[in-house]
Amino acid sequence: MKVLVPIKRVVDYNVKVRVKADGTGVETANVKMSMNPFDEIAVEEAVRLKEAGVVTEIIVASCGLPACQETLRTALAIGADRAILVESDADLQPLAVAKLLRAVAQKENPGLVLFGKQAIDDDCNQTGQMFAALMGWSQGTFVSKVKIEGDKATVTREVDGGLETVALKMPAAITVDLRLNEPRYVTLPNIMKAKKKPLEVLKPDALGVDVSPRLATLKVEEPPKRKAGVKVPDPKTLVDKLRNEAKVIQ
Amino acid sequence: MSILVIAEHDNQTIKTATRNALGAAAQIGGDVDLLVAGSGCSAAAQAAAAIPGVRKVLVADAPHYGGQLAESLAALVVGMAKGYSHILAPATTTGKNVMPRVAALLDVAQVSEIIAVKSPDTFVRPIYAGNAFATVQSKDAIKVVTVRTTGFDAVPASGGSAAVESVAAGPDGGLSSLLGREISKSDRPELVSARVVVSGGRGMGSGENFKILEALADKLNAALGASRAAVDAGFVPNDWQVGQTGKIVAPELYIAVGISGAIQHLAGMKDSRVIVAVNKDEEAPIFQVADYGIVGDLFQIVPELVKELG
Repeated sequence: MKVLVPIKRVVDYNVKVRVKADGTGVETANVKMSMNPFDEIAVEEAVRLKEAGVVTEIIVASCGLPACQETLRTALAIGADRAILVESDADLQPLAVAKLLRAVAQKENPGLVLFGKQAIDDDCNQTGQMFAALMGWSQGTFVSKVKIEGDKATVTREVDGGLETVALKMPAAITVDLRLNEPRYVTLPNIMKAKKKPLEVLKPDALGVDVSPRLATLKVEEPPKRKAGVKVPDPKTLVDKLRNEAKVIQ
Repeated sequence: MSILVIAEHDNQTIKTATRNALGAAAQIGGDVDLLVAGSGCSAAAQAAAAIPGVRKVLVADAPHYGGQLAESLAALVVGMAKGYSHILAPATTTGKNVMPRVAALLDVAQVSEIIAVKSPDTFVRPIYAGNAFATVQSKDAIKVVTVRTTGFDAVPASGGSAAVESVAAGPDGGLSSLLGREISKSDRPELVSARVVVSGGRGMGSGENFKILEALADKLNAALGASRAAVDAGFVPNDWQVGQTGKIVAPELYIAVGISGAIQHLAGMKDSRVIVAVNKDEEAPIFQVADYGIVGDLFQIVPELVKELG
């Protein structure tokens, strides 16, 4: 079985983002970029499934600027076999990305697509579900455990009240949560090897996908700032302040 | 304009998050219908009918809606979408699972986790873990939206008398089936709707040590939460996680114990009315958002705090 893992290049999670002065977005020039952390977990899971003999080939795909090639190389260094970049400088929104990935999936026929549950830049949490819808596939979202047996996947989902176990008919789209695994460190020999792995570049037009944005971003602004309060010396003073100043407890 | 809101429920009662989504619907304006799709869900439907401001409660009762899995539920909603200008659901794990599927099937965008309504087609949503707010306008005929519950006051639970109508259930597509649920049992209030939340971080040192927070939570009738660091360390289950990748909370009082205050965590709690931080590192970023901070050893301070609360 082939597995497809879509990955996104995002502002690194350690970077404190700044809103652009003109209110059109956040500053991404000269900012460290990395693979979306959830996508890294998805790549790691694919590699583990291959090591376990469940998966025969891992294809990673990214949609966006030429610089995404760097992120794809990282995924190849983790252990993916080959990469596809759908190159576009358009504002690619989740529905457009899901359609591009559908076109890729129709070419590649994967039995499983593993997504990160959300990208940490736009925090949309949509693409995996949209892809499943467009393909008419089953979906398992926010997954912390995956077991694949024949034409069935059993997944454990992290839901608000606890955990949920769902059986999915294959092929399936699965979006992964943090606790699924801990991605391995990329070693230098594997980085060298990744440079020689195949990376194909496609264009949205060639895939016949209209990627026009459906949402217009009118403005991006700083959230209201919270002011730091006071330090209190001891629990007694704290309880007094909570009762008589903040009036938040009785 | 007319709005379809997807109710979150357990077949017996309507979850508070539904009433937050109805709060957003009221701000958009127009007729509001509430869909209760479940299995043996007539009690939930009755409860839904009592919510003021609802025109009709639409009930789809069939075994395959019992688990509210995305495949069947999205197909049902898509079949009902015609005639609605908006489809809303709370941004819970159920809403986030179902709504993008609905949107893609309708070939429209989905707007995630709105915190404000500017006009019927324009909404504000946090991006980058709440470090920026984006105002977005939807150009689609049907707006599919998830609502961050902390952004909107819940409408009341009773006082209304909406008509209850049955809608025909769609077929079970057989794509997925629910095998089981392990729902954490607790006498405490729900994390997302609690008035007071007590959370622990990596500084707690172990899951065992969360006992001292339980004593504090008991005094304040609080829900217990945790930072991602505490969850990753295996101290407590993931459904306790507060933050960008966990739950978003905005209680009246949030007490952060042994939590340094990573951006990730702040994203989930900085809209709380009053924030208290207990940390041994006086430089910890949590103090930059805390109204009241105590620097010191939490293992000493928390028991003292419990004693002071009487």
